[in-house]
Amino acid sequence: MNDLTPLPNHGLSWLEASGDHADIVLSTRVRLARNLQGHAFGPRARVNDREAVLRRFKESIGRSETLRGGTLLELPDVAERSRRLLLERRLVTRDLLGEDDTGPARGAAVHLSDHEPVTVMINEEDHLRVQSLVSGLRIEQAWRLVDRLDEELGRELPFAYHNEFGFLTSCPTNVGSGLRASVFMHLPGLVLTKEIGKVLQGLGQVGLTFRGLYGEGSEVVGNFFQVSNQTTLGKTEEDLVDHLDKIVRQVIQYELQARQVLLRDARQVTEDKIWRAYGLLRYARSLSFEELMNLLSGVRLGLSLKLLPGLRVYTLNKMMIFTQPAHLEQAAGRDLPPTESDAHRAAYVRRVLATEGDVSADDDPSAADETPAQP
Amino acid sequence: MPDMVCDNCGSSDAVVHLTQIVNNEMSTHRLCEKCAAEKGLEGAPEPVGFPLTDFLAQMGDVALDEADPPESGCPFCGLTFQDFRETGRLGCPQCYETFATHLRKLLRRIHGGVQHVGKVYLPPDPSASDMERRLDGLRRKLHRAVESEDFERAAELRDQIRSMEPA
Repeated sequence: MNDLTPLPNHGLSWLEASGDHADIVLSTRVRLARNLQGHAFGPRARVNDREAVLRRFKESIGRSETLRGGTLLELPDVAERSRRLLLERRLVTRDLLGEDDTGPARGAAVHLSDHEPVTVMINEEDHLRVQSLVSGLRIEQAWRLVDRLDEELGRELPFAYHNEFGFLTSCPTNVGSGLRASVFMHLPGLVLTKEIGKVLQGLGQVGLTFRGLYGEGSEVVGNFFQVSNQTTLGKTEEDLVDHLDKIVRQVIQYELQARQVLLRDARQVTEDKIWRAYGLLRYARSLSFEELMNLLSGVRLGLSLKLLPGLRVYTLNKMMIFTQPAHLEQAAGRDLPPTESDAHRAAYVRRVLATEGDVSADDDPSAADETPAQP
Repeated sequence: MPDMVCDNCGSSDAVVHLTQIVNNEMSTHRLCEKCAAEKGLEGAPEPVGFPLTDFLAQMGDVALDEADPPESGCPFCGLTFQDFRETGRLGCPQCYETFATHLRKLLRRIHGGVQHVGKVYLPPDPSASDMERRLDGLRRKLHRAVESEDFERAAELRDQIRSMEPA
């Protein structure tokens, strides 16, 4: 059985918060969907199709600069908790992991590069899903990474491609470029000033789509939103990417303006919210993941408004990853029922804030970053 | 607040609230955890994108205005148009030829465009026109790199183009 101990840092390079506007834009992701000629894909793929695709992919690894030296995980052989870790790091999707009771299908695999923030899912909805995940707003960089890998793979593997329809995909919503670029953003200003509805509606009018993290009822969790391109056919990849970048930068401006409004018209209330959130994170004994995300949102806003000296974006990013259930179980070395999980989460947050985010410490925002992945 | 039942299965309680805005119309769906997971929500990075099956259902008889799709379905994977309407998924590269007429209509509605203008993929035995199309794409990229003063990338692209152009 594979476990993830040889791969502690995968999916974590975005934590470093080094891209543009890294307080508002947590990460950028670009993925390309590709299928191989001569094989059924998605729900019509049979076992021999999937095995053939995986075999051909394996053969191409050695001839790809990006993939060489990385790690290929065949998911049916990966332990259950490690699979959930991969999911929590956004390195695989639920689709790839299959239904809970049956597990991943034969042939479902993921390749993790050891020198680029790029992963390849094999035998998900499409034969290959190439994905890059980078810090901050860096759409161009994320695109270049997958473009290069796509070129390398395209030389070795016969992609299913059509002069009219472009790269052929299982779902017609992905056909053509097969490109989905997404930006994960934090928009508390727009939510609190109740401007968010207008902005999100505007996205739809310019060919973009969004989703948030939703909890019970209709509340948005954590004021986090993912904005992506909706269309994939009829535009060049560069146009799709440039367009998303342009619109996201506008949204960032709206968010910054909304935050100024908060400071100008509701300073006391806003500051109080932020400090209460910090207080709870610093001292609570039990935190559900949803509550944590909401509190992190307040603190993230506080950091951005320079109200919480000594706290770094990297610390907040880290807290979003390592407080997820499988990560907590890995740290504890055993399964955790929900109430224990909530207690472990709170303990982790207290510990991290005491060592890295104690706002009574000296403020030195230019302190050098240590290496990521210190759970 | 009354309990909300999942829009998809109608049995479990809805815990995920999905709002989508497509072509100026906002639609809301409430899903239980299982149905949301099936659609790839719940913390997964994939945007849901488009409830294609709902869309196909709405298209209804419109799709059959044209000549009926081949009853026997795709000669390679056996997918029928009915299968496609139920799942929103095609089964193999051949499906795109088999159902081309109907797909064109659908793609125009989804994407606004039907002709791929992005990256050109070169098959193992490229024809002259494949090559030309690919070169066009590379020249476009080169132009863009020069405009944005990314001269390192421009040099890479220039080399690629040079190696492809006929001697």
